Amino acid sequence: MPGKTVPEEAAPGKTVPEEAVPGKTVPGKTVPEETTVPEETQAAAPGDLQEHFEATIARGARIEPRDWMPDAYRATLVRQIAQHAHSEIIGMQPEGNWITRAPSLRRKAILLAKVQDEAGHGLYLYSACETLGASREELTSLLLAGRQKYSSIFNYPALSYADVGTIGWLVDGAAICNQVPLCRTSYGPYGRAMIRICKEESFHQRQGYELLMTMMRGTGEQRAMVQESVNRFWWPSLMMFGPPDADSPNSARSMAWGIKRNGNDELRQRFVDMTVPQAEALGVTLPDPGLRWNAERESYDFGEPDWSEFTAVLRGEGPCNAQRLAHRRRAHADGAWVREAALAFAGKTALATAGADHD
Amino acid sequence: MSYEAPASDHGDHDSPYEGLFGGDSDHWAFGTDFDDPLAGIEAAIPDGADPRALAQYCLMLGDDALVLSHRLSQWCGRAPELELDIALANIALDLLGQARLLLARAASADPSVVPPLPGSSDGLPSPVPAEDALAFFRDDRAYRNAWLAEAPNGDFGQTVARILLFATARLALLERLRASRDAVLAAVAAKGVRELAYHRDFAARWFVTLAQGTEESRGRVTAGLAEVWRHHDELFRAHPVERELAGAGVAVDPADVAGEADAALATVLAASDLPWPRVPQAGQLGGRSGRDGAHTEALSPLLAEMQSVARAHPRGRW
Repeated sequence: MPGKTVPEEAAPGKTVPEEAVPGKTVPGKTVPEETTVPEETQAAAPGDLQEHFEATIARGARIEPRDWMPDAYRATLVRQIAQHAHSEIIGMQPEGNWITRAPSLRRKAILLAKVQDEAGHGLYLYSACETLGASREELTSLLLAGRQKYSSIFNYPALSYADVGTIGWLVDGAAICNQVPLCRTSYGPYGRAMIRICKEESFHQRQGYELLMTMMRGTGEQRAMVQESVNRFWWPSLMMFGPPDADSPNSARSMAWGIKRNGNDELRQRFVDMTVPQAEALGVTLPDPGLRWNAERESYDFGEPDWSEFTAVLRGEGPCNAQRLAHRRRAHADGAWVREAALAFAGKTALATAGADHD
Repeated sequence: MSYEAPASDHGDHDSPYEGLFGGDSDHWAFGTDFDDPLAGIEAAIPDGADPRALAQYCLMLGDDALVLSHRLSQWCGRAPELELDIALANIALDLLGQARLLLARAASADPSVVPPLPGSSDGLPSPVPAEDALAFFRDDRAYRNAWLAEAPNGDFGQTVARILLFATARLALLERLRASRDAVLAAVAAKGVRELAYHRDFAARWFVTLAQGTEESRGRVTAGLAEVWRHHDELFRAHPVERELAGAGVAVDPADVAGEADAALATVLAASDLPWPRVPQAGQLGGRSGRDGAHTEALSPLLAEMQSVARAHPRGRW
């Protein structure tokens, strides 16, 4: 599933979304929280610890949970990994919506297994966060309260079975472009989780592409369904890489810390260059009249996404923002009695065991 | 067709596209590949078995699995915990895998059970495989599942109670079906026994946890059990087709495994400190029930949703 690490969206915990709008200044914008945290704590940090941390980053080695790390580094990681985990969980919804209508038993098995994998990815990532001292419960509360984000792509609806294929091909494809460099991110547990996730994501991408290929060999209606789906998802997929680097204020520090390894624009270009030949093989047209090969750059030129739409979705005005959160809140509330029962039962069992030990 | 990812200097993890069009199938979930699921298994009809009866029997076992798998898939993204979401999807996937094998066997034993589909104007046959024609183009009256499988999910407690009852009965049945004279049924049963042992274990652990957890969870799981228990007796009532094939050494008479299944259920109830349920059994319709194609109100809306996309594109390829 789309494990969308969208560095920029993921970034500002308390940042006003408008910050992300290219070329637009927002009066009175909130200072990103991580810049406020570190000052005093870091002043107290022994210089040799800070030096050791920086040296570790500089030689490309990994920071592990028991290593000293600056508070701002920890906070940035928690925010980014949590956003990624939330994206996996919220990302179960658009495709999950089609499980009960999958048009063949084989597709039903593939889709159910894929959505199940997304839940698994969420689990790995929440576990990686726990190594930084943030519990799954706490992060879930932040998500449900709307205080942590998830990838904006999931605020778009899945409206036909072709969308199941397109989400695999384009959304998972963009997610992979974002995430593959994270396999070498500076924080060990995150990088290791990403290796496993990327393997599964690339598998999902292949399945999505294969569904579209099969549909293109089907009826005229099916081919039209694929094209219509690609038309809707192309631009939102490009937005998954975040705003242009010039408008991405947190990128530079994340790069310096080795959390992030490539700029938004570089990753977006890489995605376009990979996707165009795939679209040709599939027989669909990408909805960008400006898309053409640039022999000089040896890359494709392409048009500018509508960044005002991006920021609107980011501030909660996408087609499905309210629906996605409401679904998650309802599932969480409906399951509260089960989680309480499991805790109570574990408590009784532990008491009984302790009692037996004393006999 | 092949596509090479642009040359990259980003190291070994940077080429996730390499296998995009390739043939590496190591990571495919069970039942998601293109292989014939019955390849390599002796498909001849055993001597003395009526192929039409065998097909009906496969539909009974297959529809139970298909319809309950569908119900469990409705939990996806809604379970009380991520771990439970994953576990319920696992059970749904196992049952879906069993259903596919059984529907394919029904079609191979008696092709006349497969609903006819429109061919194309140029005379090409329908592209829909038999298992999908049976799942998506068969009307509710032709489904042979027991009522327990089609009942709505209810809350998590009721879902756990349903899995417990279903998996306990089906496990007892499949354990004996491993000795079927039909090689396909024997193979399906051998695979299914391992899966159902896990389903029963999952359900039993959660049943006891909920029964012994909080006052609320005990109340809910007890109510859920009473709800699903109305379909207990149907699971062990033999249809003439089951009796006929049991006599031929091909099927198992469900009445023969009732004692064993009830003993397992009694163990779970004892661990839960709950009495054997005393609830009225759901009555039949003029002597007919799920195995005869008579169903509750729950089945046709379930099928209407499940079959909607497939029926909108009867010549579609998926």
